Amino acid sequence: MSMKISTRQVDGVTILDLGGRITLGEGSVQLRDSVRDLLAKGQKKILLNLGEVNYIDSSGIGELVSAYTTVRNQGGELKLLNLTRKVHDLLQITKLYTVFDVKDDEASAIASYAHA
Amino acid sequence: MTYTLDSSLDSVNKVEQTAEQLARKAGVDEDEIFRISMAVREAAVNAVLHGNAYDPEKRMTASFENTGSSLVIRITDEGKGLDPATLPDPLAPENLLRGSGRGIFLIRSFMDEVHFKQLHPGTELTLIKHLGTAPTGA
Repeated sequence: MSMKISTRQVDGVTILDLGGRITLGEGSVQLRDSVRDLLAKGQKKILLNLGEVNYIDSSGIGELVSAYTTVRNQGGELKLLNLTRKVHDLLQITKLYTVFDVKDDEASAIASYAHA
Repeated sequence: MTYTLDSSLDSVNKVEQTAEQLARKAGVDEDEIFRISMAVREAAVNAVLHGNAYDPEKRMTASFENTGSSLVIRITDEGKGLDPATLPDPLAPENLLRGSGRGIFLIRSFMDEVHFKQLHPGTELTLIKHLGTAPTGA
């Protein structure tokens, strides 16, 4: 099953609602392309809603990390929202949970972005 | 049960699904099914992507066995070979933000035993989950 991805804007923050699997060759490529497209448009406040992501492999984790560093290197902010237990546990054991800014509430996530 | 497969993502998906079925038939819980199938998927990705480099001339084999006391999955590729001792530690601070390199770590986290064997050419990775033991990993 390929990953589903939709985009919306709330208070200057671009939310990518992801669903399905983020794995090698499937969701990981879609995620990479989506983040790059947003950055190309100057949209640097990005919130990845992973509430419907039921599976992520190491390639998907790597793509989350790459997205985070790419956005950060361009002066932006990328945060994660609504981790499922499986994704939460994977980020914990790979020591990435504390690297990302993880939120469990959309309103507070949006409020946490720096406002120019 | 043994499959010989081409070096494609379809093959990776097939191997993952077979591992899930094996674990489910063995009666392990859902969390353990997830960990086993994920570990096997990571091994298959390594074989196809890093070992065989998607070369259509190279094959991956995957064997699945329930010995009664353990689930034993073997994945082989026809690549240049892998020395696990040379793999960087993905948890080291300098590697934490790398975009890759976590597959073997996850395999070791989720399985009870992991064995590498050089085939010259290629690598055989054996993943073992002991049945009736406490859950590993997360």
